[in-house]
Amino acid sequence: MAHGARRDSPELPDFSLLKRLAKDQLVYLLEQLPGKKDLFIEADLMSPLDRIANVSTLKQHEVDKLYKVEHKPIVSTSDQLCFLIRPRIQTVKWICDVVNADKAAGKCRRYKIIFTPQKFYACETVLEEQGIFGDVTTDEWAFYLLPLDDDIISLELPEFFRDNFLAGDQRWVRTASSALHLLHSLYGPFSKFYGIGRCSKMVYDLWRKQAEKGERKAPKADIGRVFLIDRDVDFVTPLCSQVVYEGLVDDTFRIKCGCVEFGSDVTSSDKSVKVMLNSQDKVFNEIRNEHFSNVFSFLSQKARNLQTAYDKRQGMDIKQMKAFVSEELKGLKQEHRLLSLHIGASESIMKKKTKQDFQELLKTEHSLLEGFEIRESISFIEEHINRQVSMLESLRLLCLLSITENGLLPKDYRSLKAQYLQSYGVDHLLTLANLRHLGLLIEQQPGETLTVMESKVGKLVNDKTAGRLTDAFSSLAKKSNFRALSRKLNLVPKSDDEYDLRVPRDMAYIFSGAYIPLSCKLVEQVLERDGWTGLEEVTRLLNGNEFFAQESNGADLSTKNDSQRIVLVMFLGGCTFSEISALRFLGRERGYKFIVLTTAITNSSRLLEALLGNQV
Amino acid sequence: MTKYRADEEDFWNSTKCKPFTFDDDDDGFSKLKESKQAVNNIRHLVDEDEDDDDVEKVSWSGEPVGSISWSVRETAASSQRTDRDPAFPKANTDPPTRSLSGYSLSSLFKGKSKGGNFQPFTDVLGDSAVRLYAPELRKPKSEYKDVVSDWSPEETVQRMQQGKVVSLEKFRSLQDKVSLLDIAVSAHDGNVITAVLTYLKRSLSKEILFRELESRQTALRHFIHYLTETKDQRLLLELLRALGRTEDVALLQYKEHLNITDENKRRDFLKSCLGLPFSLEDSGHIQDHYTLLERQIIIEAADRQVERGGRVEIFQKFPRRASILNMPLITTLYYCCFYHYTETEGTYSSPLNIRQTFKISEKQYFVTALAARAKLKAWLDVDALFTSRTWLGFTKKKSPLSFQRVVDILQKNSAPIQVLQEYVALVDDSDLRISLAQKHKCHNIVINMYRDLKDRQLLLAYLQKVDQGSVEERKIKELLNNSQIRWKN
Repeated sequence: MAHGARRDSPELPDFSLLKRLAKDQLVYLLEQLPGKKDLFIEADLMSPLDRIANVSTLKQHEVDKLYKVEHKPIVSTSDQLCFLIRPRIQTVKWICDVVNADKAAGKCRRYKIIFTPQKFYACETVLEEQGIFGDVTTDEWAFYLLPLDDDIISLELPEFFRDNFLAGDQRWVRTASSALHLLHSLYGPFSKFYGIGRCSKMVYDLWRKQAEKGERKAPKADIGRVFLIDRDVDFVTPLCSQVVYEGLVDDTFRIKCGCVEFGSDVTSSDKSVKVMLNSQDKVFNEIRNEHFSNVFSFLSQKARNLQTAYDKRQGMDIKQMKAFVSEELKGLKQEHRLLSLHIGASESIMKKKTKQDFQELLKTEHSLLEGFEIRESISFIEEHINRQVSMLESLRLLCLLSITENGLLPKDYRSLKAQYLQSYGVDHLLTLANLRHLGLLIEQQPGETLTVMESKVGKLVNDKTAGRLTDAFSSLAKKSNFRALSRKLNLVPKSDDEYDLRVPRDMAYIFSGAYIPLSCKLVEQVLERDGWTGLEEVTRLLNGNEFFAQESNGADLSTKNDSQRIVLVMFLGGCTFSEISALRFLGRERGYKFIVLTTAITNSSRLLEALLGNQV
Repeated sequence: MTKYRADEEDFWNSTKCKPFTFDDDDDGFSKLKESKQAVNNIRHLVDEDEDDDDVEKVSWSGEPVGSISWSVRETAASSQRTDRDPAFPKANTDPPTRSLSGYSLSSLFKGKSKGGNFQPFTDVLGDSAVRLYAPELRKPKSEYKDVVSDWSPEETVQRMQQGKVVSLEKFRSLQDKVSLLDIAVSAHDGNVITAVLTYLKRSLSKEILFRELESRQTALRHFIHYLTETKDQRLLLELLRALGRTEDVALLQYKEHLNITDENKRRDFLKSCLGLPFSLEDSGHIQDHYTLLERQIIIEAADRQVERGGRVEIFQKFPRRASILNMPLITTLYYCCFYHYTETEGTYSSPLNIRQTFKISEKQYFVTALAARAKLKAWLDVDALFTSRTWLGFTKKKSPLSFQRVVDILQKNSAPIQVLQEYVALVDDSDLRISLAQKHKCHNIVINMYRDLKDRQLLLAYLQKVDQGSVEERKIKELLNNSQIRWKN
């Protein structure tokens, strides 16, 4: 609301086509199993499915009953069973159990498994091992891309993060490149690629191969440039508390597939409501990117306007009243409903945040980002743990501490770890092992306190020795180098400046002016420089793997072309709503339109939950 | 096989929808019409729903129906679709002999839809359709075996990436196997890497496989993940042992305890974990885990009996909401501070004993005891927690925790103002003290502080905050009328 968009911003392409494609394909696949059938749907596919189809769509294609995959014996009486699942070994094993139970009972049915977005050999191996290969038919539903909003497309693959970064399993790399290729085919040709991260590089390489094979005449491109980034390039940003409205709603109520459930505390009635949160919601659209401190004043202004609009009724004659009812009332009612929901949500957020000393929590986070009063922050975290305040929050703060400080001092690490295990259970040893493995929560190695030394020495000695030194260092757990990066890229604005959150001056506004998200800063810098030139020190600190490529596919490269200002930013491993808000801000400032393509929407809780080790 | 083939023919012939044909140019469009119709049917529902603000239609997953935005701008999308490529295969290539029963429609669909609908099918032209489309499910192996045998590792990996059927059986020498694996790894496709690994697992001895994996980190990670997912614990442990990753071995074995629900069996299992090759630090934690569960079992058994007996007041007044088994140490300490506070150090359930056994820090113990006693509104115990720490004749309250936190904990346990203000008064920082006092309505503290500051204006303003006719109001008025005070304003 406070920011005027640059008038020359290009229009976003229309992504509803993607939903149509996915739906048509699903219908086609269902027709491959003619006749009445029961459909079993993997739990986490339901919401995505809901966004593109409907119960009646399924019914039209002779789906009789719908079940959720629950890994329990089934009760269906249908003689045709269709399973719509993610390619997961556990789910396939369950299907094998179902089929084998039928066999044992002498029941004869037809089975079909539809894997989405693709099947894996490992799943077929299970079918083979369980002796039902051939008894079931399998298919793939290439449902790669779900547009969550005008500028957000999700692969809805939260497991991408854990599989790729923790387990080191590259099974989704091809999925990601196929998704990219689909967009390229429909909205490309892409002409420039920028990227950073191992996975990004692999996705680009695979995409390149796919694109080579599919060369075709280029229509006018909608999307010209693509930026790929691995989640592990920037862990700090998703670990910070979100304070922009949409992010805060996600942190507080969890937005699922673009939809949120507001409980009775928000609706002030005894039933909860599910609300779609996207640009179609006029009220939400105006506050989603705002710092929370601005939201109240905006909402109350809006409420006053609404009141005025309603008040117009006073002194109307019958005819005017009739016009009012037919023309305006519905809109007003709608707005009223939305307004009261968001007011309710804001109140509920306020209540929850006050209860958990949010202010103090933010203060600690900001200290960590700034590298200031670290001892105080540590004792804050310690008290947090001692009081058994939320297990995930404590973990989040520990990780933030570790990344910003390049690891904890051995003494601190031991003591905090011991206290953590005492407060939340010894089985979190497994969680801590995962975090260590990923470099999110580590102990400084004796040599590692030399970070500063290293860079100093690097300057003094010649390149060759410096190279060897760096090798020696890189053999240790991957370092975050956050402090050095922060200095190089000016991520933390000077704290003595007053920061007016109503008139943001940079992307730091999404964190109350305390921190510019590293991921988005990289996007800004690289687009500005049209590559990585001049960022050599930064990429070194980020452990390399940066790339830039210009495609020679006859696309119009002149900067005047709108497509060059439509930039697809692909997050491998998830992105947060705060990052999306920051990119929207950057787009308005610089005349870009960003489209965010992500493997899933994430936030600190989801990210850490994916790394818990004490789940069976 | 033949039986299966026949079944399959039946299946396809009984198909209600006609088989897909490539020369039917209209097919894509008829599909389109159909889904458009479907959309329109739903739109009717959607519109209807919009009229009804209060009743939310909910679909099978509990999501509201009306809000789906795909029904919007549908016309635009469909017109766009005509100049972009449709989702379905078009007749722009030679039809790959649809009379061939060996290929399935689904694989056709897949071959094209995977972004492939824009491919000119170059590889089709030089290839026989059997090879291209031979779906793994429906083709007897013997039919293509001799044809595949001349594929190089590169080609094999490429075909696997495209989801086509391949046979890996011809990669028999170790060198061939390993080079197949390396090429799969260099293709970045985890799915293919794992597929190759399952073949190697089948066709190589463990020792050789492990040895080869050791120098191939990417492949190794895939293999570990595959074994984890298939729950092949035995082989996984063997692998980790062979790699010398002893800590991972220990953690993996320890993790097994999560699958054991019976507490006695779990305890025994944890005991067996004590010998695992953990780091010195972690062995301590495992030891604690075992000791803790051992005690929880004893405490739980005793308390359950006491609770049933109904003779101990505290268990009657505050019935236990859950069993203490498998709870974290601090929760256990809290529990014991709640139900067994006064017990002597000799019993397992005594808080002091727990503190001693598990070397709980002073601060941690303090926080937990404070919270538990405050919950019970045992203010005398709360008080004693602070004063027990005094020196001879020295009665000042001491706390390992900042008094601000103390106030916070007490307030969250709804301590009365009399109790709260005692601790608010102990907050060192005067600004913090006054803001806490105001927040928690400890009027006396605020009034006294303003008096000491000789700030008449603030005191006057504070008159608004206290209840009319209250003791505090009277006190403020008295102060304001007191001519002895030399106000600074």
